[in-house]
This record gives sequence, structure tokens and C-alpha cells, in this order.
Amino acid sequence: MRQHLIFIAAAIVCLSVLPLVAEATGQLALVGLTSRIMIYAIAAASLNFILGYGGMVSFGHAAFFGIGNYVVGILYFHHAEGVPLWGFIPGSNQLLITLPTAVLVAGFAALVIGSLALRTRGVQFIMITLAFAQMLYFFFVSLKTYGGEDGVIVRGANDLFALSLRDKTAMYYVILVVMVLFFAFLWRVVHSSFGTVLSGIRQNERRMTAMGISSYRYKLYGFVLAGMGAGLAGALMAVFMRFASPDTLHWTKSGELLIMVILGGVGTFFGPILGAAAFLILQTYLAAWTEHWQLAMGLILLGIVLGTKGGAKGLFDSIARKLRTEPR
Amino acid sequence: MNTILAIDDLVKRFAGLTATDHVSLNVATGHIHALIGPNGAGKSTLINLLCGELIPNEGRITLLGEDITACPAAERMKRGLARTFQITNLLNDFTVQQNISLAVQARQGNNFRILDTARGRVSILTEVDELLAASRLEPRRDVVAGNLSSGERKQLELMMALAGRPKLLLLDEPMAGLGRLESQQMIETLRGLRGKVSMLLIEHDMEAVYALADRISVLVYGRVILTGTADDIRASDEVRDAYLGLEDELC
Repeated sequence: MRQHLIFIAAAIVCLSVLPLVAEATGQLALVGLTSRIMIYAIAAASLNFILGYGGMVSFGHAAFFGIGNYVVGILYFHHAEGVPLWGFIPGSNQLLITLPTAVLVAGFAALVIGSLALRTRGVQFIMITLAFAQMLYFFFVSLKTYGGEDGVIVRGANDLFALSLRDKTAMYYVILVVMVLFFAFLWRVVHSSFGTVLSGIRQNERRMTAMGISSYRYKLYGFVLAGMGAGLAGALMAVFMRFASPDTLHWTKSGELLIMVILGGVGTFFGPILGAAAFLILQTYLAAWTEHWQLAMGLILLGIVLGTKGGAKGLFDSIARKLRTEPR
Repeated sequence: MNTILAIDDLVKRFAGLTATDHVSLNVATGHIHALIGPNGAGKSTLINLLCGELIPNEGRITLLGEDITACPAAERMKRGLARTFQITNLLNDFTVQQNISLAVQARQGNNFRILDTARGRVSILTEVDELLAASRLEPRRDVVAGNLSSGERKQLELMMALAGRPKLLLLDEPMAGLGRLESQQMIETLRGLRGKVSMLLIEHDMEAVYALADRISVLVYGRVILTGTADDIRASDEVRDAYLGLEDELC
């Protein structure tokens, strides 16, 4: 545990000085890449919470990511136009308003979708979550006011008090702080009474019912929490990219989140960070190398799934174990 | 004599098959009531009806004077029911200690809290330590449930059921798959619970049934053909024909 804390502290320090190092060495693209990794880490971790800890294989997690994305976009749109949404909801470009709103709206959507989808399980659950996400995708594409297929441009990003988040370095630190807070919160949830019950439901739902646990309500609560996490990530993404796009709701985005979780190691706490990093780094460099980067990505995913027990985290652990047992 | 569980005219039909055919049965408070019958007689169906995993087509189930026929499964457990499974159902990634902890936690409630620490709930830990100290599983407390022997799994499942402090325990073949010594130990354990909790015991092992049961009901083709004491069962020709005779032939 102590080792873990030192490791985490070291990682946070490294991430804190990264923009300075990047500026000094001229690797400015690194800041943007790391920002995106941190945002996707939040989204992937929220998916991992229901998938790895709760045993719910959702193939529509991008729905909540996209809703968070659009909440920021739409609030900004009405702020810029000066016309309230539906005549009474004023727009905003204040991060402290847009971010919580995005989280709450995504949570509400998760409540509605989850309350229906969780009546099924297995393949049906996968298909229903996918269907809901695609419905939302086409819904947002059809909103011509908000750019249809083109999405909403958040030209001025958001402000945090007087600080404009158009500045990529400022936004980088905001994302870093939010990510650290998010993972601290997630750590609490995973180890809470609720987290323990959720883990029990994943292992054996029948046994939990036989102990007087109505699993539906617990799963729904977990589903809502995960939706809120994805909404948070989507909102950050809109501010960071200064753009809300229907692509964030597309089923391929749900697939990417799943790949990140699997790459990192399903049901491991820090796995989603590794998974998001591995995915985005591979995507960036493979795409620079060949336009058929997805083929290479597929082969790597295949190797990870077949060759390691538990993704990147599993690989990491087994290497660490080998190093430790190696006689010197 | 108080009745803890009353089953009235219970019927469960599957397509083309009446698995439970107008079953009426009373379990008296404090009794160990055994339910025996040949394979396919509908014993497990009856347990699943009592637990709420299946919904009956007709009839009524009354637990502690309250009608629970339409009650959801989890709710019945809160009202004093607990069960074990014919094939054990455990949390296979958790250790023995964690399995029992979660059973105690489920009973104590407050399980929607997301910002507490499950391991910090001292009242649970003390209770689990006490339960473990009084059991044969104490030396195995940190073993993951998936790695236990089948006898240990049966014991653990019984402990988890008891951790819910039930009034009525439904035991679906607790001796199945156990060796001779383990069966003896299980009989001892169940005997030790007599008076503390009422039981409905489904069992094939007639030695165990005769050693434990106050009352025995015989189920054949979904119907109760006789309820009585061990002597009544031994004396009945009908039971011998329907059940014991059948077993002789198999031997």
C-alpha cells in the first residue's frame, strides 16, 4: 500500500511537470496527447467500474460520454447566442457550472437507460445498451440547431473563474486535477460497502439474491455512477477540443472504450489509465506510420487478450514478479 | 405447535409437466422437516418456489403468518428465509472471510453507501471472527472460495446462510458430494442448530434424514404422498414402492 502511494505520488509529480518538459524539449504535441489520455482514462475507468467490478458488459457507454460532450456544447451555444435553451435555461461557459450539469444530465440518462437495460442480461444487455447509444447518436445528428453531423463548436472553450481554458496548458492542469479527484473518488467507491456488494453481484448474482440483496437496484446505482463518470470525461473533452461532436456518441467510441478497458486489464483499478494510454499512443504512432493502423491495433489487441492474463496491468505485474524473483 | 412455514395447495406447471402438484405442507417452528423423494420428484422446484426464484401458478406460501407468495426473492430473505444450493453458489473470487463478511454485511444493511470503507465496518469483522472461530473453516479463512474442496464449500455456504440469522433454513441436499466423514460432520453441525433455527431439509442420504428429521414428507411426481415420523415412513408400503424400492432396484 505504501509502495502504491509513493508510485502514485511520483506519477502525479511527473504529470505535473510534463508541460514544462514538453515546452523545454519542443514536444508540444505531448501535452495534448497526455490530456486526451487522462480524459479517456476517466471514461474507461467508469466503464471498467460496471464491467470489471459490476459484471455489466455495456456496449453503449459512449452515450454518456457524448451526452457530457453535448451538454457543454449546447450550454456554450446558448451562452454565445444569448438565447436561453427552451426559453428558460440560460447558457454558460463557466466550467464550474457546465461540468456538474454534464455529470448530472449523463447520470439521469444512465438512470433511464439503465432502468430498462438492466432488466436483461448477457447478450441482450449488450444489444440494448448499444441500441440506446445509437438512438442518441442519431438524435443528436438530427439536431440541426446544434450542427447536425458537424457538431457544435465551442469557440471560446470554458472559463474557470477568470481563467480562460482556451490555454491548453491551463486546461491540461484542470484535467489533471479532475482526473486525480475522480480516481480518488473511484477508489473510495470500489472499497465501500456498495462497491463490495457490486463485486459480489458480479461473482454470483444468485448467491447475493439468496442473501437478501435485490441486485437490480445495486446494478442500476452502479450504472448511474458510471454514466456520470463518462459524462464528466465527455464534458472535459468538449472543453479541451473546443468542439462537441456526434462522433463521441457513435458505437465505435463505445468500442474504443471497451478496447481501452481490455487493453488495460478488466477489473483492475489502474488498468484503464494504462489502457487509455496504450490505445491513444498506439493510435497516434501507428496512424503516422500507416493509414491501416487499425489492422496493427487489432493484432496487438489479439496478442494482449491471448498472451497476457489481465491486459497491460497483468503484463506489468508478471514482469514485476519475474524481476523480483530473479536471482541476483 | 407453531407453524413457521405453511404451504397451501401449491401448483407449478412447466410446459406439459406439473412439477409441483397441489402440495400442502407445514413446517413446525423448531423442527427439522425432511423432504425426500426420487429424482425428478420436484424437490428442487419446491425449494425454488419457496425462495422466490420461481413463481407458482396456484396456491399460497405463508412464512411466519405472512403471505409471501408474491414476494420477490431478496425480500423473502429479509423476512427470515435462507437457503443453500444443491450445487454450491459462492463468491469464488473472495476469500472465506470475505464471503462471510458480505453475508453479514447484507444482513446489516447500509449497502448503498459509497464513501464508507467496507473493511472498516468493525461490527461485521468481529461477528465474522466469532463465526469463523466456532467453525472448522478457521484455518482456511484466507483461502479463496474457488479453491476450497467441495466439503468446505458446503460448510461455507451453510455459514453464509446462517450469517443472515434466518428463522427458516432451506437446505437443498447438504450432504450431496460429501465423503463419509464430511457427511458425519455436516450431520453434527445441523444437529447443533436444532432449536436455534427451523429447517426444511432435502436429502437423499436416508441415514442423515433418519438421524436429523422430526418430520418427513415424501414427494413423488410433484405430490406429497405422506408426511410423518421416521417410523411412519419406514412402515409405509406406499413409500417403499414409490421410493425406497426404486432405490433398491438401482443398487
